[in-house]
Amino acid sequence: MNRLLILGAGTGGTIMVNKMRKILAHDEWDITIVDQHKIHYYQPGFLFIPFGMYTRQDVVKPKTSFIPLGVNVIFQEIDHIDGKGNHVVLKDGISLKYDFLIIATGTRVVPDETPGLNGPLWQKNIFDFYTIEGAVALAEFFKTWPGGNLVLNIADVPIKCPVAPLEFVMFADAFFVERGTRKNVNIAYSTPMSGAFTKPRASKVLGSLLEEKNISIIPDFYLEKVDNEKKVLVSYDEREIPFDCLVTIPVHKGDEMIGRSGLGDEMDFAKAHKHTLQSDFFPNIFVIGDAGNFPTSKAGSVVHFQADVLTENLMCAIENRPFTESFDGHSNCYIETGFGKGALIDFNYDTEPLPGSFPFPGIGPFGLLKESRMNHYGKLMFRWIYWHILLKGKEMPIDSKMTMAGKKM
Amino acid sequence: MAQKIIAGVTVEVNEEGYFTNPEQWTRVLASEVAQEEGIQLSDRHYAVLEFLRERFIKGENLTIRSVGNSGITDIKGFYGLFPGAPMKKAAKIAGIPKPASCV
Repeated sequence: MNRLLILGAGTGGTIMVNKMRKILAHDEWDITIVDQHKIHYYQPGFLFIPFGMYTRQDVVKPKTSFIPLGVNVIFQEIDHIDGKGNHVVLKDGISLKYDFLIIATGTRVVPDETPGLNGPLWQKNIFDFYTIEGAVALAEFFKTWPGGNLVLNIADVPIKCPVAPLEFVMFADAFFVERGTRKNVNIAYSTPMSGAFTKPRASKVLGSLLEEKNISIIPDFYLEKVDNEKKVLVSYDEREIPFDCLVTIPVHKGDEMIGRSGLGDEMDFAKAHKHTLQSDFFPNIFVIGDAGNFPTSKAGSVVHFQADVLTENLMCAIENRPFTESFDGHSNCYIETGFGKGALIDFNYDTEPLPGSFPFPGIGPFGLLKESRMNHYGKLMFRWIYWHILLKGKEMPIDSKMTMAGKKM
Repeated sequence: MAQKIIAGVTVEVNEEGYFTNPEQWTRVLASEVAQEEGIQLSDRHYAVLEFLRERFIKGENLTIRSVGNSGITDIKGFYGLFPGAPMKKAAKIAGIPKPASCV
């Protein structure tokens, strides 16, 4: 019996287990998936929670609902991967042998990396919305907050979903306008990058959107520490930003287990080839999604596109053939801009987000790099697509490779 | 593509002054570019530059935090060596493209 082992039952692991179970014969392949948590979170939904648009119930389902029959599921922490010995050791000492391994252990926020962030004001005046606990606590806080300086800070990059912080401040603007307290709230967006987004044309469009909404951008702000007494953010070049409510996007790291296994970079992101998705260290290990050090967005759309490539390339490795697929860095993100509108961007390793229509050239229905109501509905519909189509590894009408059709240079 | 004459050598650069051919880089050129940025290079500066070039050649991400973990200097020290925007300045002086660390 051959063995495929998948570490992590989040978006990437779940899609892969569904795809591979369909392809690999049950009498020849044993498939096992390991995760320490039993709940699957719809992470794109966290953004909606602080503003009362979603509650906890809207974003949780049991992981087992998405794992097909004929797969062994183990809920336990992973101690380390022994790449030389082709086995994985779990926390309780059990060892799982594999012929092929997929690492899909994701990324996590680490507020402890920044002095003072996880201090006395944590979840009193300082919140994150990248965890369910943070998003729910912030929703409670906003219910009675009279106003003041609302500062969003990105501690460092890369982060999961690079557009979520922008969506957050635009939602905040709409939220306080609708409540009639916007005049009491100053909204600032502070980032270690030189502008609102990482790619020049999108940065310009999104930057002017923030300006229109009276949200100030504080660029090149690289956070050193948070002074809880003075309630200020301090950068490495000694600039200060005062806050009454700080919404932080803490430093992101990969799973510590990657570091313990010697398979990652200094941030514990698993090192892998950006086109083939094969580990830099062992030919029978592959990496998908946020867990990897791929120079593209840490986002669900990327995982979805990578899954098509990984399925092909894993079969090539299993059947001892040269790789036939190459991942191009394709990423596709809806951006909520508030007041029932949204924007959409589509890009890859080499092509920055451009204006146009998507997915059908000249038709849409979605507009690229511009605001529309349709784009907002696209994002809302996506939650249904995520649970019912995407996680189950079913076909979507979007190609895993980015296309220039419908884009305007 | 633009060209620029630095210390008598013609170097290929982009519109922002970043080397487009990192192989043209030498320590002498680095010192000239640094002076344009108002920086006098010390051994520590060079150690950081070599570290960044090495990582770039290996195709690894260039981040401020990675310099902070390099053992050469901490992040505060990195800001001290290349004041203002350390990664952008250091990359320019190291003869490598402006880091697109952020996606």
